[in-house]
Amino acid sequence: MEFNSFAEFIAMGRHGLYVWLSYGLTAVIVVYNAMQPVLRRRRLFKEQAQRLRREKHNAPSA
Amino acid sequence: MWQWLTRLYHRLGSPKWFYEITERWIFWLALGSAVTAVIGLVLGLLFAPADYQQGDSFRIIYIHVPAALLAQSAYMMMAVAGAVYLIWRMKMAAWVARVIAPIGASFCLIALLTGAIWGKPTWGTWWVWDARLTSMLMLLFLYFGVMALQQAMESEDASYKAGAILALVGVVNIPIIKYSVEWWNTLHQPATLKLTEKPSMHPDMLWPLLIMILSTYLFFALMVILRTRNEILWHERKRQWVRKIMEP
Repeated sequence: MEFNSFAEFIAMGRHGLYVWLSYGLTAVIVVYNAMQPVLRRRRLFKEQAQRLRREKHNAPSA
Repeated sequence: MWQWLTRLYHRLGSPKWFYEITERWIFWLALGSAVTAVIGLVLGLLFAPADYQQGDSFRIIYIHVPAALLAQSAYMMMAVAGAVYLIWRMKMAAWVARVIAPIGASFCLIALLTGAIWGKPTWGTWWVWDARLTSMLMLLFLYFGVMALQQAMESEDASYKAGAILALVGVVNIPIIKYSVEWWNTLHQPATLKLTEKPSMHPDMLWPLLIMILSTYLFFALMVILRTRNEILWHERKRQWVRKIMEP
């Protein structure tokens, strides 16, 4: 291990701001990318259910 | 070999086949990408020795280099998918190209942002109009341009074609990015990894980088698959097999 304490790890040899800013921004972009397809899939299923309900509603009752 | 290739091509062109086969890959890609990311980050942030010149700021390399590599590979993939659509009208190729663009742009943005942040303590400036940085910025704008064209036209077909043409034209930028550090006198350091040479990095620094690159590519594959599956669900929503999947 390169660091002797947690504080030293956070400080990154006085470059903490740059290192953690880089990793933080990357995390935000990666998490957004990971969530997008999951949310879109959910929305697609919801829309499909709505379409089906409308079709049933509009179908002439026998 | 040729028969095998044509069979693969026809299968890849089938949304149903793609949707069904990738079902089983999702879990393993997610697991592989997550595990390699944890290993790579722990090794890179905690165990790799600090750089003798740059100190600990060099640890930004573990996201910067994988993101920059991926942004370029993704662009090439997007251009190839666009070409397949232009030549053979394979709609799956158009959806894949459409899906890659925002992911590639995300990684290009990561490369640019982390590069700027890394530049501050290393070069004393966030940004210079140097060949490598400028050509990477061009790549980001190409991604934006392709994304805009892919939804610019009246018909979906014309939009996909326009996007594919810009993607193909923009391919000239890829060798410019690669050789920018050799052709011009740049502030950016030369390539960290070269296929033809033994790496100059210490193995303790190099391994986390290779693992992070693997992780990034696995994540990319997962994202392309998930988004393409959504495109399939949307475009094929009227087909029987999709209706069956989406039935409540």
